[in-house]
Amino acid sequence: MTGFRVHLLYFAWLRERIGRGEEEIEVPGDIRTLGALSAWLAARGPGYASAFAAGKAVRAAVNQSFASPEAAIGPGDEVAFFPPVTGG
Amino acid sequence: MLRIRVQEAPFDIAAEFAALAAGRADIGGIGCFLGTVRGEVGGRPLAAMTLEHYPAMTERALAAIAAEAEARWALLGGTILHRVGRLPPGAPIVLVLAAARHRQAALDATGFLIDWLKTRAPFWKKESFADGGEAWVEARAEDDAAAARHDTTK
Repeated sequence: MTGFRVHLLYFAWLRERIGRGEEEIEVPGDIRTLGALSAWLAARGPGYASAFAAGKAVRAAVNQSFASPEAAIGPGDEVAFFPPVTGG
Repeated sequence: MLRIRVQEAPFDIAAEFAALAAGRADIGGIGCFLGTVRGEVGGRPLAAMTLEHYPAMTERALAAIAAEAEARWALLGGTILHRVGRLPPGAPIVLVLAAARHRQAALDATGFLIDWLKTRAPFWKKESFADGGEAWVEARAEDDAAAARHDTTK
């Protein structure tokens, strides 16, 4: 299955653990959901593993809208990962 | 329409009230919430609070929150102003104003806007302590509960 490119953004302690705020990445074609993407990212290295470690509260947005792990992702999507928000 | 701004610079509260009320005689009350940086966390002195956000999403998320407030109350205007960057203790972080003909709508809408903002807008706070330590602020269950008070689907 052909892969596709997505634009990834990381905020707060996810950005610090992964060591960058954003990246363009080629994702395997069988990654169809946000949940599958985060599981795949977690296997990319120690920083990612630490950011996406089980039990850590990670939230996400697809194309600037909050999204659940079941949300579909596809070519060209902007996907952001971050902790629960703490503004105000 | 509510005015929405995200900026590093300080803001002038009097100027924000004046801008909202300029040329209007229909407004009967303006609700106001001003959030500021607390200088300590559990007794541990804070040197600064740094606010990070997701620029492409922030204004969109704030606009959605503002639209929901306008659907629930007959607002005559309002302001959501949120600062980002490094802020010292005591500094203003966020200003919410909601104008209406009568006080109840103005006050209720103000409470709604800040409660939803805290749980639905992509901002994150990092505490820098006077002793050199740093910590990302964790989301509080109380904030979720405060936001849930406004749920319309029971």
